[in-house]
Amino acid sequence: MSNLKEITKGIIKENPSLVMLLGMCPTLAVTTQAANGLGMGAATTFVLICSNIVISLLKNIIPKAVRLPCFIVVIAGFVTLIEFLMKAYWQPMYKTLGIFLSLITVNCIILGRAEAFASKNKVLPSICDGLGMGLGFTLSLFLMGSIREILGAGTFFEKPIPFLSENPMTIFITPAGGFFVLGIIIAVVNKIANRKPPEKISCEGCPSASLCGGDKTKCEQTKQSPEKEAK
Amino acid sequence: MSLGIILVSAIFVNNIVLSQFMGICPFLGVSKKMNNCVGMGAAVIFVMLCATAITFPIYKLLEKINAEYLKTVAFILVIAMFVQLVEIILKKFMPSLYDALGVYLPLITTNCAVLGVTLTNVDSGYTFLQSIVNSLGTGIGFTVALLIFSGVRYRIENSDIPEMFKGVPATLVAASITAMSFTGFSGMFS
Repeated sequence: MSNLKEITKGIIKENPSLVMLLGMCPTLAVTTQAANGLGMGAATTFVLICSNIVISLLKNIIPKAVRLPCFIVVIAGFVTLIEFLMKAYWQPMYKTLGIFLSLITVNCIILGRAEAFASKNKVLPSICDGLGMGLGFTLSLFLMGSIREILGAGTFFEKPIPFLSENPMTIFITPAGGFFVLGIIIAVVNKIANRKPPEKISCEGCPSASLCGGDKTKCEQTKQSPEKEAK
Repeated sequence: MSLGIILVSAIFVNNIVLSQFMGICPFLGVSKKMNNCVGMGAAVIFVMLCATAITFPIYKLLEKINAEYLKTVAFILVIAMFVQLVEIILKKFMPSLYDALGVYLPLITTNCAVLGVTLTNVDSGYTFLQSIVNSLGTGIGFTVALLIFSGVRYRIENSDIPEMFKGVPATLVAASITAMSFTGFSGMFS
């Protein structure tokens, strides 16, 4: 029951890219087509689940002081794995995603979940958490990709849509269109959820967030305080 | 390709933030104040240059032992270690510079722009000098985008916008318009 909750929270309540505003770079960069969004989402979900499993298994072995480099190496290992898999079995997607496939390593969602969830929980909840977050991320990428492809190219999964394909609004597949669509989607999500717009951006996913508690000014204070103690 | 073209292309035509979408998190997070932008920009340029200088020989080594596929793991580990090292050294020997840059350094480890630029350098087969110039241009491009955008953002903060757009959505729409102005540079070099 609680495991089910871990899955659904990632999809709606704590959707990583639309509510928590993590992993903005791939959200904007690869979503020129709906299929790209799905491909990127699938790759990220795979890495997220695998790294969550390994990190929650190793949580008692990894020393606290060097945990971030350890997490990053685990994540980078799985990213290399998915790169190989995609190169072998899904060549066209491998070429389209290009460098952003390697950049999954530094996606704040994965490091954020490792730090906030997997390093504190057992294996099964960690898998569910990874699955939920991954699905939420995939869904929002798919949404972005669909909107941009339909409006910008007049196609959906490369099948032309009547009228729109004759008059495509090319601006939507340019970088400017990406920022615009994401801004509108987040505004709509704000409206539906009827909540105060988030002031801070992606502090939850920042690896040093545990030091500052998600507060920029505190972030500076904590950075200075160890120095004072040393004196 | 001449060094000048690489530099200009990295700063304007292929601006890392506004046309390649790397380093969006610091772009949206830090661009509230002009001073912070300069600090963050300086830290990014510095780390990018050093990371490029370090990862270039490492890639050559990996090539020699036929292990290019390890580049992502090797690069991110080197960058993370290097950032930690710089933080410790600055704290010990240059406290004034540490105070200016210190806050931004840990944020840079997970900045995809740094890993992105080192991977782009080896993927496009640049020589050592070309890689350094490309990293310098990318870093300057990042700083330019941050500075321009902080000016735009200052005006948004003081204007009357619909409730649902306050905060991040308005920032993203403004970023869209800023990005549109940078598309004017595309096609400068064919």
